[in-house]
Amino acid sequence: MEILVVGGGCASCDTVYEETRAAAAELGLDAKIRKVEDLVEMVQMGIMTVPALVVDGKVLSAGRTLNKKQVKALLEKVL
Amino acid sequence: METISAAWLFFQNQILGMKWLNELIGRALAAAGLDTGETLGGILQFFLYDTVKIFVLLSVLIFGISYIQSYFPPERTRRILGRFRGLWANILAALLGTVTPFCSCSSIPLFMGFTSAGLPVGVTFSFLISSPMVDLGSLVLLMSIFGARVAVVYVVLGLVVAVLGGTLLDKLGMERYVEDFIRNAPHIQSDSATLTRRDRVVYAKEQLLSTIRKVAPYIFIGVGVGAVIHNVIPQTWVETILGDGNPLAVVLATLVGVPMYADIFGTIPVAESLLFKGAGLGTVLAFMMAVTTLSLPSLIMLKKAVKPRLLAAFIAICTGGIILVGYFFNFAQQFLI
Repeated sequence: MEILVVGGGCASCDTVYEETRAAAAELGLDAKIRKVEDLVEMVQMGIMTVPALVVDGKVLSAGRTLNKKQVKALLEKVL
Repeated sequence: METISAAWLFFQNQILGMKWLNELIGRALAAAGLDTGETLGGILQFFLYDTVKIFVLLSVLIFGISYIQSYFPPERTRRILGRFRGLWANILAALLGTVTPFCSCSSIPLFMGFTSAGLPVGVTFSFLISSPMVDLGSLVLLMSIFGARVAVVYVVLGLVVAVLGGTLLDKLGMERYVEDFIRNAPHIQSDSATLTRRDRVVYAKEQLLSTIRKVAPYIFIGVGVGAVIHNVIPQTWVETILGDGNPLAVVLATLVGVPMYADIFGTIPVAESLLFKGAGLGTVLAFMMAVTTLSLPSLIMLKKAVKPRLLAAFIAICTGGIILVGYFFNFAQQFLI
């Protein structure tokens, strides 16, 4: 499983990245978590609002500052 | 008619303006032995009254606005805009800019998403100009401080700058100066999820909390600066530099405001106290527009997506538009307040 946290340059994006790492750890996921700050990659994924959460190519959330609980709920849905 | 205008006056002064709160704080400070006519007491009164007022109004506003905004995710805005052509598209973009939610770090991904979907650069810029300059929250806050007429004219002129700015960029053929990787990007049609009423309430609550956390420092700084101007800076200084006496006051205020980055809610208390001290209405409004619309951090981000020519044209058009709006307000001040 590949989890991407898209967005850089603001505090919200950093927050979501940290919360996602914590959520994945609590769920015991064997996932690769990466932060995407590259604009080209962003536009290719069709992301328009950041921070966004993308799992295996599917956009689960965009433009929301998710906390750990919310990330966990979203991840559990796609497990 | 008289009852209506009395009711409106009450609404404006007591509900939006919360004048009762100012009196209450004044009395509490007097009871604590501080004279609000003196500098320290005056600063404290202004600071306490303005922070409480702004936070209360802000909380109510952001909740309501976020609820409305949950109906306009960027994907939907982009779809709507795609159906219109010419000036109508610019006007609609400016209007939708006031209700589409996004944080400033999303402005570049949004720009790319709009452009790669084939929206003209001018339409996208109308959206990007109006979005920070005019929002529903600022309309109500401006009403609370400057009165309904100023607020409405501010919003209308903000929209005019956005529409004309975008149109002008288009006419200048700026389309060419978008970075190639954006023009060549594939257009991804992303769908936005359908939300229930409960989802929207949750979303509005989230937005409320995160916005308050984000803008709180700007409000404290803004109100602090406002309080000092209000009570310490001599009236004659403000009048000489930013009042009728200086024909270049609007230009000065705009140029000082451009590189600064602050939230509109943080700039309003500064504008309020400058106005009180005799600065021109247009001068303080131009300052507010300049601070919110253009800032160094946002320009640095925009630089990644567009070539220097377009960036320069964007800065020049916004600055010019804001200066014109400032002079208009200074001219119209006597009719507005």
